[in-house]
This record gives sequence, C-alpha cells and structure tokens, in this order.
Amino acid sequence: MSEPAAARTETASPPHHVVSGRVYLAVFAALCLLTAVSVIVTGYDFGPLNLLVALGVSVAKSTLVVLYFMHARYRPKLTGVVIAAALGVFVILVFLTMTDYVSRPWPLAPAR
Amino acid sequence: MSESAHPEALQHQFVDLAQQKEAASLGMWVFIAQEILFFGGLFASYAIYRYEYPAAFSAGSHHLSWRIGFANTLVLIASSLTMAMAVYSAEVGRRKHVAGFILATILLGSVFLGVKYFEYSEKIAPCLGDGPHAGCLLPGDRFDASTVHLEGAEGRHAQIFFSLYFGMTGLHALHMIVGIPILATIAVMSLRGRFTPEYHTPVELVGLYWHFVDIIWIFLFPLLYLIGAH
Repeated sequence: MSEPAAARTETASPPHHVVSGRVYLAVFAALCLLTAVSVIVTGYDFGPLNLLVALGVSVAKSTLVVLYFMHARYRPKLTGVVIAAALGVFVILVFLTMTDYVSRPWPLAPAR
Repeated sequence: MSESAHPEALQHQFVDLAQQKEAASLGMWVFIAQEILFFGGLFASYAIYRYEYPAAFSAGSHHLSWRIGFANTLVLIASSLTMAMAVYSAEVGRRKHVAGFILATILLGSVFLGVKYFEYSEKIAPCLGDGPHAGCLLPGDRFDASTVHLEGAEGRHAQIFFSLYFGMTGLHALHMIVGIPILATIAVMSLRGRFTPEYHTPVELVGLYWHFVDIIWIFLFPLLYLIGAH
C-alpha cells in the first residue's frame, strides 16, 4: 500500500443513502396503480400501438422498481453503465434478429 | 476506522466495508445484466413468433385469465415491497424486522407460485390419461386447439404461444423457487445477528435478485395475459 488507507477511503466509499419506508410505500402504490392501468388500457384499441402502450406501462413500472426498490438512483454511475450496457445488448439482440425475420421470405412469413 | 469496526466481515483485499459492499453490489448488478440476456432469448423468440402469428397469440392470450394474472402481479409487487422493507430494516439494524419482512416475502412468493400451480394444472390435467384430451393446452400431440377456438395451422401456431407461456413463466417460477431458500437463509442469518447497519450486504443482494424477478413478471403479465383489446 503506497498511499494511506484514509485517503483512499474517500474515493472508495460513496455516501450510503437509506431509502425510507414511506418512499417504498409510495412506489408500491404507484406500481399497483400502473398494474391497473395496464389492464384498463386493454379495453381500448390503439391499433398497432397496442403493444407499445402495454410495454410503455411495463417500462414505467420497471423504472420505478430499479430506481427505488433496487436503489439504482442512489448508486454510483458505474451501476448505471452496467444497466445501460445490459439493455443495449438486449436491444441489439432483438433488433438484429427481427431485421432478419421481417426481411426474409421464409415459410414462416405471414401471407400477404 | 473501518478495520477495527467489523474485522470479521471485512475481507483483507478491501480497504473498508463500504468498498467491499460496492464491489459486491456491482457484481450482483453484472449478474442481473447477464440474467436480462438469459431471459432476453425468450423475449426475442416471443417477438418473432408474435410477429409471425398474431392471431394465434391473441387467441391463446384471451384464454389466460387476466384476473388471475392481475391478482398475482399485485401479490408479487407486494412481495417486492416487503423485500425492500427487509433491506430498510437491515439498514437501521432491526434484525427481527428483517426476518419478519423476509418471511412475508417468502409467503407472498409462495402464494404466487401456488396460483401458478393452479393455472398450470388447469391446462395440463386434461392432457393426462388415455381418454379424450379436450381442453389440453400442453404443446404436443394431445394439444386441443379447439380450447382456444382455432384449427389447422393456426391451432399449431397456438402451441407455439403456449410453449412460450410455459417456458417464460416456468423459467420465472424457477427463479422464485431458487430465491425462496436463499431468502430463508438470509432470514436465519439475520436472527443470528450476522448483520449490522454497517454490514448487511447479503440482504441487499438477495433483494436485488428478488426485485429483478419481479421486473421479469412485470413484462410477462401484459405480454402473455393482455394481448390486444379485451
């Protein structure tokens, strides 16, 4: 150890944030509300946007879980980088696979 | 300062407990990133087949009870709340509350799995035995497409929907089945006084895992139970 431990502690230890029970209850209420919304929107036909509306509600719910229940909001930026990288690779996985399926006249292609 | 505070919890390669905790949490987040891709293959398959066979997916989805799925979603979200409260209790050093909230999480998780068992058996029971298999929704020779009001090629496509239904919800349920004994272990560790406000990383990490499993269900519910307008 070339430098004193105390000096390194400053950079190694970000302040810990304790999220209160009230915040958790508020997030829980919002999640229940959004679950109800996800069911209610199926009563309306948005045409081709149905899937986007359904996924939008799910994305909103997941964001709440990640930011508050999983404390991502209070974590160092590196955690955000890991999350963004995982989502980025997932999008590449789905996007590139779909470009193949939608462009190839395979026996599986729907009749036009 | 930290070396003397909790030497039993601090591994020698870390400067202090905070740094050790950061490393452990980051490791858990990397594990979760990997889990997103693990489930990602199934979600990609779902995207492809739903694009190819929208009618069969819609018919299959309409057969699933959205009321049961909705209730189970609320149960799982409630289990995430109790898990978050367990982490909070660990942060403020209430070890009995930690065990209590984890027990509640286990109970809610078990309710979810019990409902899932009921849903599965309803679809699988007609497939058993030698007689006619009316109502069988397990993909395979005995699959009864008339249950979802389809026939011919579309009936076969509905089997793909139910393959994905069983595959995705099954993998999700497996994650919960793995999580429950881990939760129980953490609860016992808490009662034995293994955690303090300074050191309770295992509670946090199992919490991250449980919330991740919750997020997977948040996507599975609309994708499987709520396709199209009802």
